[in-house]
Amino acid sequence: MDIFSLVPALAGGILIGIAVITLMLFNGRIAGISGIVGGLFPFKSNDTRWRIAFLVGLVLAPFLYRIFIGQIPEITFDASLPLLVLGGVLVGVGTQLGSGCTSGHGVCGISRLSLRSIVATLIFMATAAVTVFLIRHVLGV
Amino acid sequence: MFGENIKLSFVALIAGLIFGLGLIVSEMVNPAKILAFLDVAGDWDPSLAFVMGGALVTTGIGYKLIFSRNRPVLSSDFLLPVKKEIDGKLVMGAILFGIGWGITGLCPGPALTAFTIGSTEIYVFLFAMISGIFGFKAIKRFIVQS
Repeated sequence: MDIFSLVPALAGGILIGIAVITLMLFNGRIAGISGIVGGLFPFKSNDTRWRIAFLVGLVLAPFLYRIFIGQIPEITFDASLPLLVLGGVLVGVGTQLGSGCTSGHGVCGISRLSLRSIVATLIFMATAAVTVFLIRHVLGV
Repeated sequence: MFGENIKLSFVALIAGLIFGLGLIVSEMVNPAKILAFLDVAGDWDPSLAFVMGGALVTTGIGYKLIFSRNRPVLSSDFLLPVKKEIDGKLVMGAILFGIGWGITGLCPGPALTAFTIGSTEIYVFLFAMISGIFGFKAIKRFIVQS
């Protein structure tokens, strides 16, 4: 791995930051993905449309990428389908119980120097690293 | 009122598009890249740290400038979390999310962005994740009401 392969990572991070500050500057909202999805329920008529619009943008991004940038990077999954179900449920429940995910706590919260977000991010990063260690190096899957 | 709502939605759509582009440009839509970052004992890939770094510096400066304003451009207030204390829910939620993230290499943003890239794996994960989100919210609402 050379240093130049990290340029797209940095550029992508800056784009994410621009999206986050755009949503705060104009709408006054935190761009936390799990929060934007979770806020769709219970239904509130004046608080649903912007959430749907943001999610539509997210989902349409690959088309924009293909038009203006090129081939979508390859996507590979390590987990089997049953593990994807288990992982999906854990991500869904965990982000609602813990009030945020990588974007809400990891980017928006830490940028505001929120102690809750700093603690949550350290915990989910550490837990995820331990989980990967156990799966790959202890169980040897 | 209707006009304001359209503007809010338009900005949200653009923000979603830029956010998604960032996730694709940085290859964070690929769970293998996330797992390669989390696998500190393996062939470590620092990409995610650079994504977070780029996002944090941009947002940190941006937020500082924005919060010097009295209000957002299109709405009356900045809606920020008010909770301050570290409680069991925060800790437990972060642990459960961390386990799920470590098992799959997927968190909500990249998973949703990868939806239209498409594969059985991503459909299965998204179905489980969205069931988890709304199942949790429905149960919580039921408990609060009863």
